[in-house]
Amino acid sequence: MYTDKVIEHFRHPHNMGKLDDYSAIGKVGNIVCGDVMWLYIKVEKDEQGREIIADISWETFGCTAAIATSSMSSEIAKGKTLDAAIAITNREVAEGLGGLPPVKMHCSALAADALNEAIYAYLAEAGREIPPILARRHDRISKEVIALEERYRAFPEAEESAT
Amino acid sequence: MLLRILISAYQCQSVALGRRGDLRRSVMRTPVHLTNRTNLVSFLQVIYMMKQIYLDNSATTAVAPEVMEAMAPFFSAEYGNASSLHGFGLRTRHAMEKSREEIADTLQASPAEIVFTSGATEANNLAIQGAARARPNRRHLIISKIEHHSVLHTCQWMETQGYEVTYLDVDRSGAIDLDELRGAIRDETLLVSIMAGNNEIGTLAPISEIGAICREKGVLFHTDAVQAYGKIPLPIETVDLLSVSAHKLSGPKGVGLLFVRKKTPLLSIVHGGEHEQGRRSGTENVPGIIGMAAAARLSFGEMEETAARLRGYRKQLIAEIAAIPGTQLNGHETESLHHIANFSFQGIEGESMVMKLDEHGIAVSTGSACSSPNLEPSHVLVALRIPLAMAHGSLRISTGRQTTAEEIDTLLKFLPRVVEELRVISPFKVGE
Ligand SMILES: Cc1ncc(COP(=O)(O)O)c(C=O)c1O
Ligand code: FES
Repeated sequence: MYTDKVIEHFRHPHNMGKLDDYSAIGKVGNIVCGDVMWLYIKVEKDEQGREIIADISWETFGCTAAIATSSMSSEIAKGKTLDAAIAITNREVAEGLGGLPPVKMHCSALAADALNEAIYAYLAEAGREIPPILARRHDRISKEVIALEERYRAFPEAEESAT
Repeated sequence: MLLRILISAYQCQSVALGRRGDLRRSVMRTPVHLTNRTNLVSFLQVIYMMKQIYLDNSATTAVAPEVMEAMAPFFSAEYGNASSLHGFGLRTRHAMEKSREEIADTLQASPAEIVFTSGATEANNLAIQGAARARPNRRHLIISKIEHHSVLHTCQWMETQGYEVTYLDVDRSGAIDLDELRGAIRDETLLVSIMAGNNEIGTLAPISEIGAICREKGVLFHTDAVQAYGKIPLPIETVDLLSVSAHKLSGPKGVGLLFVRKKTPLLSIVHGGEHEQGRRSGTENVPGIIGMAAAARLSFGEMEETAARLRGYRKQLIAEIAAIPGTQLNGHETESLHHIANFSFQGIEGESMVMKLDEHGIAVSTGSACSSPNLEPSHVLVALRIPLAMAHGSLRISTGRQTTAEEIDTLLKFLPRVVEELRVISPFKVGE
């Protein structure tokens, strides 16, 4: 059912864990099946003075596809400018993995959303202007996170660590 | 010689593929197939006999060698249609009726009470829909919330046909409340269907008592005994209808039966040549039926011994998995089938656990939403009211007659590692 690339990333995930020194976190949950991803980014300026994702890491509660797409999208985003990172689509992540089973396409949205949220949080904290596409996606994702929390109210660990 | 083999293999392939286009497409696909690492790995696992540990026996079981042997002649030499009048037919009919008797014996039933079907899905459909056709004015059904889909979805379909269905709640271990059952039975109730042992969590139902209540109230009692038959003694004096599937007890897939107690009202749902006393048309699957009888013989013959051994494994699993932090047993510690144990692991997801264990050659299953085609968590775990996130991290381990103590030890060696690996990946840390 999964491609070798998916299995490879699942077995040996890249950039997994928590960054000690991060600039922002994106926390997202996927309401379709209740999976959760936290994505950490460290933003720095490159030689031309552009802001880039200098380091990135993630933690994921989810299926094989969710873990593999977390790994793949962190690889794609690493070293990209913020603008380029915003433009990463879940389709691109899925293609990087040689495709996903249709029922698992939504898992790749988790990673794209987390990246969106991390960049949103970074810009918002710095009091910077938020590009409209980022703001639009943020609205949708926030609604989904609320729905997920409703569904997962009975999971005390999740609530404690999420706050 | 080698060349000849290759050529004939190629010819076989082209014959099998027929059209040219298919052939070309297949040839183009072949290299992909061979370079696909996953396929290659499983191929090599088989070739080099990397230890494969099959702990998914409630999904299906391996056909036992004795069963294969018993079936073999009925594919080739004894291929007659059991309805035919000539020698070929008579011989197969004789063998089939002998199997019917043997199976009836295991249920303390008479051969006329056994209706062969294509499996338990059909048997469950026949029990419910067949009884409904025979008693059309009774339009209420009672089942539990943890029935197998073949009962649950049949009843949901019956609702679309104007039937009313009561879905009995279960407690945290998966048991129904007998008083609630008693209270739910009405004058227009047709049938109560409660499974003998649950296929996901193993919890047993007190079928004698349930049957007694149904008798007293004058309604039919059906039990899906797919997981329990051949595993434990079944007291069925008060059961009217009972479903069995051969592939859960070392028999072949695609064959099962419905026990229909004498005088139980039941009309056929599959029409045709009036086989099985007009209760199920269709040429009987003779090799399958012979195989099911052989499998029953085997299972009943070694029942006590196997049960004792598997009960020991279950105890060991419960004790040792409890030592992993953030785990729970789903189901009942003792009132359970001995071959099924279901656990939940906090903070991790079941499908990824199944995949990680598969890397070590260990086959188990999960009730996680991520693993189901509609992304819904298992209805059984939801009915137990365990938190959704715990249902997400569920794992079903089901042993079988071929399971060894060494295999259980191997699972218990890898499982804590897998749980740990996935917890490192997860944002939800247990015990922090
Ligand atoms: C409890 C239960 N009932 C019914 C079935 C369906 O049986 P079959 O596969 O023979 O249709 C199964 C197995 O899938 C089962 O576990
Ligand atoms: S995370 Fe649930 S299906 Fe992938």
